[in-house]
Amino acid sequence: MAAKISALRSQVEQALAGRVSAPFTYRDRNVFPTVATGIPEIDALTGGLPRGALTEIFGPACSGGTSFLFSALGARTGHDEACALIDGSDTFDPCSAAAAGVDLKKLLWVRCHSIEQTLRATDLLLQSGGFGFIAVDVSDISPKLVRHVPLDSWFRFRRAVEDTPTILLLLSRESNAKTCASLVLQLQGHAVHWRKPGRAADSSSGANTRANSYVGDERHSPAWLLEGLEARAEVLRSRMQPPAVESLAHHKVLPLKVSRNAGREAGAIFKTKTNWDSLGIASAENKSK
Amino acid sequence: MAFASIYVPQFMVQAVLRTEPQLRAGALALVDGTPPLVRVIDANDSAWRAGIQMGMAKSQVAQFLGVEIRNRSQSKEAAAHAALLDLGWSVSPRMENTAADTIVLDLAGLNSLFGSDEEIAGDLSRRALSLGLATNVAAAANIEVAIHAARGFTGVTVIPDGEESRRIGVLPVHVLFPSEESLATLDRWGIKTCGDLAALPLLELSERLGQEGVRLHELARGASVRSLVLAEPSLSFREELELDTAEEELEPVSFLLGRLLDQLCARLQARAQAATAIHLRFDLGDLFEKDAEIIKRNSPPDDNQKIYRKGLTLPVAMRDSKMLLKLLRLQLQSDPPPGSIVKIILVAEPSRRRAAQSGLFVPSSPDPEKLELTVARLAKLVGSANVGSPELVDTHRPGEFRMSRFRPPANEEPPRRKSKNGTELAIVEPAANEPPSRRSSVGFRMFRPRLPATIELHDGVPSRFFFRGVYGSVIAASGPWRTSGDWWREDFWLQDEWDIEVWVNSPSARIIHTRNSFSALDSNPQQQTAAPSGTYCIYFDVTAQSWFVRGMYD
Repeated sequence: MAAKISALRSQVEQALAGRVSAPFTYRDRNVFPTVATGIPEIDALTGGLPRGALTEIFGPACSGGTSFLFSALGARTGHDEACALIDGSDTFDPCSAAAAGVDLKKLLWVRCHSIEQTLRATDLLLQSGGFGFIAVDVSDISPKLVRHVPLDSWFRFRRAVEDTPTILLLLSRESNAKTCASLVLQLQGHAVHWRKPGRAADSSSGANTRANSYVGDERHSPAWLLEGLEARAEVLRSRMQPPAVESLAHHKVLPLKVSRNAGREAGAIFKTKTNWDSLGIASAENKSK
Repeated sequence: MAFASIYVPQFMVQAVLRTEPQLRAGALALVDGTPPLVRVIDANDSAWRAGIQMGMAKSQVAQFLGVEIRNRSQSKEAAAHAALLDLGWSVSPRMENTAADTIVLDLAGLNSLFGSDEEIAGDLSRRALSLGLATNVAAAANIEVAIHAARGFTGVTVIPDGEESRRIGVLPVHVLFPSEESLATLDRWGIKTCGDLAALPLLELSERLGQEGVRLHELARGASVRSLVLAEPSLSFREELELDTAEEELEPVSFLLGRLLDQLCARLQARAQAATAIHLRFDLGDLFEKDAEIIKRNSPPDDNQKIYRKGLTLPVAMRDSKMLLKLLRLQLQSDPPPGSIVKIILVAEPSRRRAAQSGLFVPSSPDPEKLELTVARLAKLVGSANVGSPELVDTHRPGEFRMSRFRPPANEEPPRRKSKNGTELAIVEPAANEPPSRRSSVGFRMFRPRLPATIELHDGVPSRFFFRGVYGSVIAASGPWRTSGDWWREDFWLQDEWDIEVWVNSPSARIIHTRNSFSALDSNPQQQTAAPSGTYCIYFDVTAQSWFVRGMYD
């Protein structure tokens, strides 16, 4: 009997050779294919955004959440993936998104005006399927309201994207998805960079940084330009485990150096830059057509 | 050469049954005329058996229990005829539109595609059933023989070459459509069948009935030869339904729409087409009181007010009637008609169905049909103006954009490059740890509508910032950057814009900012490492002489 099963097993493996690497191997649910976020520091920290899982990014205002969102959207639309943004309070700015490299034609933007609309729209888009990246932005909805969203909603969202290639990203001011999120990242504003016109963008002589430690009352000259923001990212929770084998698809699975308990120690600082060249982007694009 | 004739018996009744298939099981009498002279013009077999007679008054028919009465509908007959034509063109491009209930197809060259003449005739009969029509199909080498056999024999009939005279000889003379006078004469002579007529001497028959006698004799012998009068192929898909009583509720109308869409999609399928757009038109009866008042106030009375139109433009050609019904229902629910509905007209714009083969290495993309339904549901949820792809417009006005229809990326194989040994390789996505080509840009969150703020100036530079219940010191400011435009329009803009970095007065505060509340919450200083500052874009609107917050850098 055992010999027959073994023969049958090898026969199935031979038939599926080249298509399925190990048909009888248990697939660990914590192994996710990941994709680049567009921010190298975050990619190095987290291994990228996991597909088929819920990722939560939270942090106070001006902590880089929107920059992160734009980078991720730019990376995904750059790879011809259909993306959707459920904008909880209609604060998405298409001009700055386009300047950040987001291909707006590949983005479905749903402008919601309440938490109920946001959750319902998320449900509809997850049921529709086929989107490579779905971002739910509840940052500008009152944290009190978002806190009252039952946990089973986030759990339902997580189950909806399981075993699909969809990346579900939740952007909020506070952590809400709790254990439903496979990756939780906390962002905090670290510094604001100002640049004196006429000097090199990143030169230490021309740039002035206001970090957390700043308590003085020195005022900038009005002629200075906003150079960019600096934010700190920390992994609070990560369920992703190093995979046994690399995925057969093109999306490489990276082993993570951080564990669930080591989240606080694992942090990274990333910088964003004001794109002054994008001021005339709309006119230039339209005229070139 | 062979021809097939398709005949729809009791055409007027079948045209009605096509839109109301639930009546097939019962007795149905069709009436027509100007009241009070409304009389029976046709009925189905059950009604005849029940005792209904031709020319019976409507009031008499109403005495019969279980007999449904329907008015004759020319629009339904036109739709049934169009379906019959679609049936013919679905098999052969050479078709004659003989009558409203009869078409003739040229079967030459079709045997290699559809099989023998018997198989083609059987296939035509089945296709007709799928279009809601019960037909008689006859195939013969002679056009007239095929027509007469279809009118005389029930079901599928195939007449072999050389047996025309014998086979149609058993048919009654009236299938040849003689004039009433000739039919009466033949009846007096005791000529009942085509065989009897064919046996009469031609010379004597022509002396008594003239040229018509010669024609009828030829037809009865199956010897009449003529060419096919080809019909011009057209791609027109229109279905109409007149309601006996005006309907006010959307639910029963949706039911009727479903039927019409089923018929429309069956016709599209018969022609190997799909719809790229659906145009819906309701002819309205009495307007609802409140809507009538609104219309009366806004514009003078007009006949166009009694017509309600809706268009459904589809991203890809589709012919799934259930999907189309859902989309139409969503549109109707968001903008219901302002009056009771008396007539429904559905028109489909045909197009070839998409033939797409997705690649293994192509990123997944939403199914266009499902996506259209999802977008329609989202539009119902948040409003149609709030769903779509943002599109930048050719202006420097801050925050200007327009919403366009979202079209998912096409499922195309990625570009390939040649490897060293000559084999093609797909260009794959960079791995997660590969750095992007450029540094990320600062994200900006725009407040809609703009939020008023109170700004204190010191030497013309913002120094303090009051905004939604919180205040702070401006520790860095960049500006003013004056922008203006559209001076020739009423809504021109003239603004002095500033980028400011704000320090909330409490150093241990954490900014929790939302659109409706902006407050600095005290938290545990030991755990708090966040910068209690924020970077905003504010502007002084010169025309309004007020300060506003455009958004924040995040």
